[in-house]
Amino acid sequence: MADTQIFSGAFAEPVFAAQSVFRTIMDCMARPGTVGMIAAAARPPQPLGSTAGAVALTLCDHDTPVWLTPKLGKSKLPGWLSFHTGAAVTEDKHEARFAFVEQGAAVPGFGLFSQGTQEYPDRSTTLVVEIDAFEGGRPLELAGPGIRETIKVAPQGLPDTFVALAAANRAMFPRGVDLILVAGDRVLCLPRTTVINSREA
Amino acid sequence: MVSSVTRPASGIAPERRKAAMGLLAKATRHELDEAWKALPQRPDAEPVRGPETGLVMVRGRIGGGGQPFNLGEVTATRASVRLDGVVGHGQALGTDGEKARLAAVFDALLQLPEHAPAVERLLADIAARIAAEDARKARETAATRVDFFTMVRGDD
Amino acid sequence: MYVAVKGGETAIANAHRLLADRRRGDRSLPSITIEQIVAQLGLAVDRVMAEASLYDRAIAALAIRQSRGDMIEAIFILRAYRTTLPRFGYSVPVETAAMQVERRVSATYKDLPGGQLLGPTFDYTHRLLDPALLQDGPVEQPLQRDGEQEPVMRVADILAGEDLVEGDGDLPAGHVPGDLTREPLEFPMPRDLRLQALARGDEGFLLSLGYSTQRGYGNNHPFVGEVRMGEVEVELELPELGFAVSLGRIQVTECQMITQFKGSAKSPPQFTRGYGLVFGQNERKAMSMSLVDRALRTAEFEEDVVSPAQDEEFVISHADNVQATGFVEHLKLPHYVDFQAELDLMRRMRREHEAKSTEEPGEDVLEAAQ
Repeated sequence: MADTQIFSGAFAEPVFAAQSVFRTIMDCMARPGTVGMIAAAARPPQPLGSTAGAVALTLCDHDTPVWLTPKLGKSKLPGWLSFHTGAAVTEDKHEARFAFVEQGAAVPGFGLFSQGTQEYPDRSTTLVVEIDAFEGGRPLELAGPGIRETIKVAPQGLPDTFVALAAANRAMFPRGVDLILVAGDRVLCLPRTTVINSREA
Repeated sequence: MVSSVTRPASGIAPERRKAAMGLLAKATRHELDEAWKALPQRPDAEPVRGPETGLVMVRGRIGGGGQPFNLGEVTATRASVRLDGVVGHGQALGTDGEKARLAAVFDALLQLPEHAPAVERLLADIAARIAAEDARKARETAATRVDFFTMVRGDD
Repeated sequence: MYVAVKGGETAIANAHRLLADRRRGDRSLPSITIEQIVAQLGLAVDRVMAEASLYDRAIAALAIRQSRGDMIEAIFILRAYRTTLPRFGYSVPVETAAMQVERRVSATYKDLPGGQLLGPTFDYTHRLLDPALLQDGPVEQPLQRDGEQEPVMRVADILAGEDLVEGDGDLPAGHVPGDLTREPLEFPMPRDLRLQALARGDEGFLLSLGYSTQRGYGNNHPFVGEVRMGEVEVELELPELGFAVSLGRIQVTECQMITQFKGSAKSPPQFTRGYGLVFGQNERKAMSMSLVDRALRTAEFEEDVVSPAQDEEFVISHADNVQATGFVEHLKLPHYVDFQAELDLMRRMRREHEAKSTEEPGEDVLEAAQ
């Protein structure tokens, strides 16, 4: 229990780091498709990366049950999250406010997570997904609130069915999940309002 | 920031540690300050978490023993430190960060055989102080106990 | 309709400065300390903690000082303060049966295990103003009585033996206690949520409602099974350790109100119970809460809702004095545009009314002419 990996690796300056990460995520949510830099250092237990760890430290708390992929669930991450954020891990995707998917892991269908309700659409799950890179992948065209005309991105490491998943998610509006993509020390947000089209189509 | 040496988890029994942490929570800041100053050697305690102040939602039970309900919140402050390779946790009602940090330090010291006796002495002092206060309060309350006597109304 | 109006910054700044001056008052008098408020105005502190739903004596005392003794303002300040703090978790339910009792009285049993312990009570005082308190004279130490003290048994447990009184209060298995600080209120609500709302409810409001049930607005015939006040341990589960740890003790007041119940299709005649639990020493609030808790259990006992105290939505929606003061006091904020619209409407209605009365004089005008 008294494991070093659980007790270490949080922000050295919790308030400033959380504020700075929050600002970046907020800006990226407001401007879907833009890439933000996460400078604050977090060292979550492997295999979760530093940037996704910083997002977890910033957004998770006692009131946000977290869903983890099987591999993350078996790591030291549940104890680390519990100690540093107070968040409990849930097996139930529908109950989760946040879900974390490490690089290379399968991304579950968005519809399995909480979509929020018509009255409280904010009660949906936000998925934090580690991908390989923001360039070099299948080209996508984004449109919607926060985007002037359109913006083009090419994230690498998303599931093949991503465009269809995103379209189904968009169709549920105002319900639906929001996405935070993480690659290296950078993030890109795709809120449920964003229309995502494959440019090849 | 992280010390490379980590000792194996201490063999301290959970009940003993729970009792110790409960006493440290009820210690006064002064008691902890004095005990810290009195230590022959004071190892460096490195912060792991906090001190941070937050809220605990206190629960009661319906009817006193039934289903839980949320009564209201209480301020609490907690801290965790790493010291000589062990992690200590401190938490107490109120907003005194230094008290929580010192409680965490003593929780860590309790796990180190060379320091445990000093911590045990501190715990015994705190327990004795609390027992004396409780006993005095109980005696003061007992003095307000009603002793009923029946007025006998008889013909003979 | 609200319209942002600019201006008045200087007036506001000066008003705040004036408020600070009036708060401090006569500078030749020493400033009252937080410690003095906690020690000597303890019941005011307790009331603020209970209705703010935040237990912290020093901070409640600071709020009382800051608000010049305006209790609802102090409660408001504490409610605002609590929103700045993270939630660490939910405590293990406090055990009032294991209370370090400072007062316990029962109106239903004269001799009961633990006895009638009066404690520091205003009961039996003559409510005569005490001129001696004008001076800061010496105060005697309390007396102490030695000897073994009996455990202070719960009255509910005494009655439970005969099966004439309902149990402590069950909810369906797996019920997670609701938390009104996290979820918006929905009616009807389970008893646990009602108790949370009542525990932070305005003392005066609950007192009046409780009083109304006694005066016939609700069919109560209540007895105080017991009132107890003292300290209970607050324990928090620490996931990193795998066990619960004590954070210290808090003072609470508990009331078990026992009410006759003639029975219904579902349940036999028995005594039913209302429950009150409040931060600090405040048995008026705990008693009022228990009366209102019982009155609100109409659905459980198939009772008709005929009185205000039985109307859940009415009681719970209006018990919170911070919400109430916010809505009532907002009326003094600028409604200039609102009122202009109303004024225009009123002028038009008046013009139309007058035009109508000149065109065809009403009967009263004709009568007056005759």
